[in-house]
Amino acid sequence: MSLSTQGVNHAPYTMAVSAGLDGLRQIKKLERKDLLGMHDLSSEEVELILDVADCMKGAMSNANVLSECLRGKSLATAFYEPSTRTRTSFERAGKALGMSVTNLQIDVSSVAKGESLKDTALTLQSVGYDAIVIRHWASGAPHFIAKYVSASVINAGDGMHEHPTQALLDLYTMRKVKGRLHGLKIAIIGDILHSRVARSIIFALSKFNSELVVCGPPTMLPRAFSEFGVKVAKRIEEAIEGADIIYMLRIQLERQRVGLFPSIGEYAKLYGMTLERVRLASEDAIVMHPGPMNRGVEIASDLADSEKARILDQVTNGVAVRMAVLWLLLGSQ
Amino acid sequence: MSRRLLLKNGTVVDPSQNLTAKRDVLIERNIGHGTRVIGKIVAVAENIVAEDAEVIDCTGKLVVPGLVDMHVHFREPGEEHKETIATGSAAAVAGGFTTVCCMPNTIPPIDSPLGIGYILWKAQNESKCRILPVGAVSIGLKHEMLSEMGKMCEEGAVAFSDDGAPIQNAGFLRKVLEYAKICDLPVMLHCEDKSLTEGGVMNSGRVALSLGLRGMPPEGETIAIFRAVELAITTGTRVHIQHISVGRSVELIRMAKEMGAKVSCEVTPHHLVLTEEAVEDYNTFCKVNPPLRTREDVEMLIEGLNGGVIDVIATDHAPHAIEDKEVEFEKAAFGTVGLETAVGVIIGELVMKGKLRLERAIECMSTSPAKILSIDAGTLKVGASADVTIIDPNLEYIVEPSEFKSKGKNSAFIGWKLRGKAIITIVNGEIAYCEMKRGES
Repeated sequence: MSLSTQGVNHAPYTMAVSAGLDGLRQIKKLERKDLLGMHDLSSEEVELILDVADCMKGAMSNANVLSECLRGKSLATAFYEPSTRTRTSFERAGKALGMSVTNLQIDVSSVAKGESLKDTALTLQSVGYDAIVIRHWASGAPHFIAKYVSASVINAGDGMHEHPTQALLDLYTMRKVKGRLHGLKIAIIGDILHSRVARSIIFALSKFNSELVVCGPPTMLPRAFSEFGVKVAKRIEEAIEGADIIYMLRIQLERQRVGLFPSIGEYAKLYGMTLERVRLASEDAIVMHPGPMNRGVEIASDLADSEKARILDQVTNGVAVRMAVLWLLLGSQ
Repeated sequence: MSRRLLLKNGTVVDPSQNLTAKRDVLIERNIGHGTRVIGKIVAVAENIVAEDAEVIDCTGKLVVPGLVDMHVHFREPGEEHKETIATGSAAAVAGGFTTVCCMPNTIPPIDSPLGIGYILWKAQNESKCRILPVGAVSIGLKHEMLSEMGKMCEEGAVAFSDDGAPIQNAGFLRKVLEYAKICDLPVMLHCEDKSLTEGGVMNSGRVALSLGLRGMPPEGETIAIFRAVELAITTGTRVHIQHISVGRSVELIRMAKEMGAKVSCEVTPHHLVLTEEAVEDYNTFCKVNPPLRTREDVEMLIEGLNGGVIDVIATDHAPHAIEDKEVEFEKAAFGTVGLETAVGVIIGELVMKGKLRLERAIECMSTSPAKILSIDAGTLKVGASADVTIIDPNLEYIVEPSEFKSKGKNSAFIGWKLRGKAIITIVNGEIAYCEMKRGES
């Protein structure tokens, strides 16, 4: 999808904080109703979201101004899969901007009675929310809902497909630490096949001129991934050599039960990140993880607690990034 | 109704007699047993004069043997909300088909002589085209007990199939093929190794990875085909491989044919035109089994048709209720309707674009399936049943499901501009479908 980025003027963002609400209002809105994935965002849109997230972060102390931003607007979260950090992060972001937030209790709602996704969507449309944040076990479910509702649909994770706000907060963190998104070497390690986080990060970073290397057990890393412009490394040492950022994915332990890898021990030995392995990366490399971590499996405990790890920064930045997304979809011009 | 019908000035394309020429076709209709009309072709020649005949001016049109679709699902009995023999056959004649084979995976499955009798009885009263029932190879399609193939054959089954429930156990498949020899009918196989495809919803590869959908690898088809053709060779039974979708399947079947296996195969119009990319945007109407593959596969399938390895174009017409498609992609039912778009897709997308010869297209949609089924169809030879389709090769239309006669609106081709359409379909001498002005002379 092509998107007009002409007229995007980066100057106002830095002014926004000092100018308060009016400054934020001058920012041009995203020319899209929904945020469904990183795949169809342009690099300009990504940078815009990150810039506005910066404003939001800077303005956090000025709660009164922020809470005027989206006053009177409503946000519903609909999580068909468990989540703590993503849902609470959206809730905090919405409330910080003055929105009323409803957390739909999916397990006790009509869905448990067998209501179809289409009818759920039509019901959400009739209630009339301004934005709907959805997490669903089925890839494409947010896209499906977006066709039926006039509200802005934000994908908070769909099946094995995408988790765009996670990728945005990760890019935000990367840019914050490294000062740029181009000219970096980023290694993503783990279960690439089943990871929506990996897909969103790959789609997002492939818009910038950085080197992307993926590595993981071959049963969880189909060869066709090389068609996305990423390098597939056979050994973890090869993947992280000289890397600026090491992104560790959570290994879902139930994958072992279906025979995708033989044992936790072998996985930890071959693909686990340790302080020793990090030495192969560039000197100021950072280690990221979307959480929740399996300490001692994909990441060694001492590494997770070291200053190399930016895992808690990621969580903190999540709120600002989600505020930026809400603002750019609902509030700005 | 006039006793004679004259199709004047059309271009006759009849692969059964290697004929592509401007010819008139004269049909004679007699009252047979009871009140049923029996129509026969009595002459194919230039400038036929038949003063008492009703004349249809076929100038600029193609006059071809009635099309035969070896693979449809009419959902009756059991799922009449999706399709019935009445609506399915109306769709068939609207698409130019005069004969269809109904697959047995209904509810309950057609696995007994009673079931075959039911389909034929329904067809006699309600169908606009010829309905040929296919019997299940096992009771309940469960692959445990052989079905009464002998009795079903006597009752009127034209073939046996495991469609909808592919046989996984090679030992049972061997038993089926051995037993099927009692009546020398072909066994139609849906070749899929479920251990490779279970949970998959589209072709595995780049697009599935990008959409985060589980893939069905090509070898899920090729391995099952390899097993099927190997057993066809060792048992000597006639095997018809249904809806092949993978390029390498063509190669396997070519090898099997060279080794003397009595094997034939079919391909659907959607597998000849669409690729996995049609699924992007989670379009459930393009969720089919076998899944849409890659451009290279499509090219190899077309080559297989041209080279004669693929014998038949069949639609796998699979109507569904809209609520089975307007759901999460992973939950959506597999299948697309096809009867009312097949001619437009094959003529417009393949013949007109120079990828397939017209004669070969008609052969694969009529003469060749009739031969595999050993039925009186697929020819305009004098003495043959008067099953004739008149096609306007230049008629352009946009696919609009609300205009379908089929109850199934789930077409993979919605919104496509197709070229080529059946405008008159004659079944046994009677005009079963017509969208052209007619005048008696």
